[in-house]
Amino acid sequence: MLLEVRGLEVHYGGIRAVKGVDLEVHAGELVCLIGANGAGKTSALRAICGLHARGGSVRYAGEPLEGRPVFELPRRGLVMVPEGRGVFPQLTVEENLAMGAFARTDADVGADIALRYQAFPRLRERRHQTAGTLSGGEQQMLAIARALMSRPKLLLLDEPSMGLAPLMVAKIFDIVREVAAQGVTILLVEQNARLALELADRGYVMESGAITLSGEAKALLADRKVREAYLGEGAG
Amino acid sequence: MDIFLQQVVNGLTLGSVYAIVALGYTMVYGIIQLINFAHGEVVMIGAMVAFSVITVLAGTAMPPLLVVLTGVACAVPVCMLVGYGMERLAYRPLRRAPRLAPLITAIGVSIILQHLALLVWSRNVMAFPQIIRAETYTVGGAAITNVQVAIVLLCVAIMGGLAFLVYRTRLGTAMRATAQNPQVAGLMGVDVNRVIAATFVIGAGLAAVAGVMVGTYYGIAQYTMGSILGLKAFAAAVLGGIGNIPGAMLGGVLLGVVEALGAGYIGDVTDMCRYSWLAGLVEERCRADGHFILFGSNYQDVFAFVVLILVLVLRPSGLLGERVGDRA
Repeated sequence: MLLEVRGLEVHYGGIRAVKGVDLEVHAGELVCLIGANGAGKTSALRAICGLHARGGSVRYAGEPLEGRPVFELPRRGLVMVPEGRGVFPQLTVEENLAMGAFARTDADVGADIALRYQAFPRLRERRHQTAGTLSGGEQQMLAIARALMSRPKLLLLDEPSMGLAPLMVAKIFDIVREVAAQGVTILLVEQNARLALELADRGYVMESGAITLSGEAKALLADRKVREAYLGEGAG
Repeated sequence: MDIFLQQVVNGLTLGSVYAIVALGYTMVYGIIQLINFAHGEVVMIGAMVAFSVITVLAGTAMPPLLVVLTGVACAVPVCMLVGYGMERLAYRPLRRAPRLAPLITAIGVSIILQHLALLVWSRNVMAFPQIIRAETYTVGGAAITNVQVAIVLLCVAIMGGLAFLVYRTRLGTAMRATAQNPQVAGLMGVDVNRVIAATFVIGAGLAAVAGVMVGTYYGIAQYTMGSILGLKAFAAAVLGGIGNIPGAMLGGVLLGVVEALGAGYIGDVTDMCRYSWLAGLVEERCRADGHFILFGSNYQDVFAFVVLILVLVLRPSGLLGERVGDRA
């Protein structure tokens, strides 16, 4: 098991945002975590990375992540693309990509940047532009490409479709599918339940801080409760 | 002698030193949004350490240039240690505190450093050993000394080196990334604490060099010298746009020139005897020696703060400052 989360808790002051979440991701899987706005998906993801204080336990590649600083994660193959993309707005596209490889010490970084440009020609065109001048979709591409620069085993994606036009959303999901096909394990947090479930192997449904449903993505897509609550299909 | 050209030369010399000090302010602000008011004291400590070393070595047979360089070589690591220490002990524990807390702490650190220096070096104004013979060249009506030339050249070299570090190296990219989004920088594998410490250490190293240059230029050093110098460099950083590295360089040089020109002309401009419409009022005073100067060149220090106020009123983001809030 690549990622094993047991009894995850997140508190903001007196408010419990995540209430004992269990979640697992196996190597090679694409797992999605869906739920409404404010269900605690992002809090859970950030707590897994150690960006929030958390209760419960998180094991990655068989070892507990407790007490480990955030900056060690990419060295161990775990990278998160945060909500809102988190590109460095005043660094150029190329500098952003180079930052993605910060944890690496090998000499192939240049070759890897060339590979990213092959996959994302748009980024090559804009390589010397600062990232803040890119469109939202381009920034999302850059954020994913930058995360791939660390050669991750496990990629955590937080709402990659947020704020994007439908055409761009489809494009970003194509990219996620390709990345998964290359053998990267992915945990995808999404509000767009239909797209996420169509793409994923397995899914978890989160509701006010707790997991209420989980299972094969196909089964969830067919589930009546999921269809009513998240796929916009009325009862009957 | 052409007073305009002369003051421009003096202003460029002083301004390039301000720029070096302003870089320390702006780099730290850029990365943790803290105005490190103790930065001026690091300049003072640099001057004091160099003063001690140079005084001891001045009596030996060492060549003068080597003596000064040894002074710098001792001042830089001491100041770096001070810079590291203040970040580690005073500011890091307050990283998540409201912004006012580290700001007030900075003032406290400044007072502590000043009084430590008072204990070590006494309260006397000390004559900085003038072991490098000043030679004066006349260029286009302005007198330029070899010390001035050396200061300007050294500052330009330092600024070039720093620009290379910040814009071309791995550490520099990590510094800029951390300044823009520390959380994501951490997710990319940057040890944010180390980068912040490195920023303090680099700024303190620059301050040490600036301290030696100021001491050599004015020929004196005292434990209070850091306050006014620090405030002026802060004004320079704000003028250029706080947080902006080229801005600090530009702001420092501009401020130096404004200050020197101001000091050069304020006496003439405020000589009441020049204004015939005032003749009735000041006739008596003017009869004695023909001058009734309201503000003399000892008002030099005022200009930096006039500039600071003007910038804050007219263009708070500074000359090269970016709009705040374009964080993606």
